[in-house]
Amino acid sequence: MKKLITIVSMLAATLLSSSWVSAAADLEVNTPAISAIKNSMQARHNQLSPHYSSGAIGLTTDGLVAVRDATAVPLKERGGINSLVAAENSDRNALYKEIAAGNGHPEWADEIRSTFAGRWVDKAQNGWYYQSAGGWVKK
Amino acid sequence: MKKIGIIGVLVLLIPACVTINIYFPAAAAEKAADKIIDEVWQLKPGEEPPAKPSGSKPADAPAR
Repeated sequence: MKKLITIVSMLAATLLSSSWVSAAADLEVNTPAISAIKNSMQARHNQLSPHYSSGAIGLTTDGLVAVRDATAVPLKERGGINSLVAAENSDRNALYKEIAAGNGHPEWADEIRSTFAGRWVDKAQNGWYYQSAGGWVKK
Repeated sequence: MKKIGIIGVLVLLIPACVTINIYFPAAAAEKAADKIIDEVWQLKPGEEPPAKPSGSKPADAPAR
């Protein structure tokens, strides 16, 4: 009986001490690198926005954007859509990496990516497309 | 003596498992994501999507 009590109390102590460690504060998102990426994405959004609305591009499950229906892009802009998407994705990849690194945990990048993936979709306008397990879904 | 060894192993392993699960600050990450998305998409903080019908062109008829 005594031993059982010892075991239980030791387990409780280890659980408590580990949750102590996890009491983390907010994530730092104001490093120069993150701000630079953010500004670049903000500037690009004006160009991307009509393509979200037309369904030409959509939000992917891995926190990026992808061309969904190139025929929805006006012919004269069609050549530029791929490079627009590629530029946006390289910013997004860098953003996830920089947030993780800026907080001293480069290994968090994937979790940050999936957090963003969910939030991009939640904040997307109605009518925009996002990817789910079954394919493209119109919000 | 053997039991002490087992307890010792448990004491080391259990917090390790718990730490892996809870160490990523999911709530803080979500807050950070919201802040950045609001800025990139120029939404007002906490704003949910405006119910904006997608412009003038009926673009959602698939081509096939």
